[in-house]
Amino acid sequence: MMEELSLNILDIVQNSIEAEGTKIEIGIEEDDAADRMVIRIKDNGRGMSPQLLAQVEDPFVTGRTTRKVGLGISFFKEAAETAGGSFHIGSQLGKGTWVTAEFQKSHIDRQPLGDVAGTLTSLILLNPDIDFFLNYRVNDDTFDFSTEEIREQLGGGIKLSHPDVISFISEYLSEHLRALNGGVGI
Amino acid sequence: MKSLEELAAIRDKMKNNAAVRESDGDEIRIVVGMATCGIAAGARPVLNAIMEELEKRDIKNVTVAQTGCIGMCKLEPIVDVYIPGKEKVSYVLMKPEKVGRIIAEHVVNGRPVLEYTIGAYEK
Repeated sequence: MMEELSLNILDIVQNSIEAEGTKIEIGIEEDDAADRMVIRIKDNGRGMSPQLLAQVEDPFVTGRTTRKVGLGISFFKEAAETAGGSFHIGSQLGKGTWVTAEFQKSHIDRQPLGDVAGTLTSLILLNPDIDFFLNYRVNDDTFDFSTEEIREQLGGGIKLSHPDVISFISEYLSEHLRALNGGVGI
Repeated sequence: MKSLEELAAIRDKMKNNAAVRESDGDEIRIVVGMATCGIAAGARPVLNAIMEELEKRDIKNVTVAQTGCIGMCKLEPIVDVYIPGKEKVSYVLMKPEKVGRIIAEHVVNGRPVLEYTIGAYEK
């Protein structure tokens, strides 16, 4: 199991990267009135056949050829289901894959979201050519982030993995996400 | 609060340094295992510590990359350091606290921190 849901996000996005996704969208939604938290991850990678999709929640199935066991999706599914929530994965060959995990926000077994800024910064550092999008909503407040807008501001020829850029992204995300959560990252 | 406009300053600063950066031929590579096992064992804080240390010491000739599971899950987080012309060094059971010494002694000064390596673990 992962200690934080943001680590599940990091892990699930690795599947999108292995599936050669170039555009990866992460959505997080917290709704206190409905006592709900939803995490969505969507990519434009190669997608899965209906046969593989039907088996993919089984930990003994993997798209890898080096090993025959894949635990990432099972971990995320279990994190949702033990927290009064649900899990869904959809995919279409040539189009991409999308994952939705829903949680009862106040459930005692819901893992903390943890360091979302750390997850995103890691992903950008290691995959500077992929386009990442984050939409994070807490009740009526929203924060949107995309590597596209960073690229626009930077102009061509500068890698997003450059230490100065990464350091900026890390601080920028931490500050804005903290503000969105009213100073507490949960 | 930080705003995206600050990126303009970074862009201008880099334009001035572009010539210097491009002449850096010998790239050192630091590779972090980021499969499910690596992430569950704590690869993300290790990666963040590497990033902060490189930034703090203003080290520009290092590329940080990721790899998958190599079958030694119980030794994760694993970090490999590749210095051109030298053998790869694998650090196992990594922690953010170990990063400072590895950057200072190995990446900067070329002396691997033997006690953190897979060789030391196997003894």
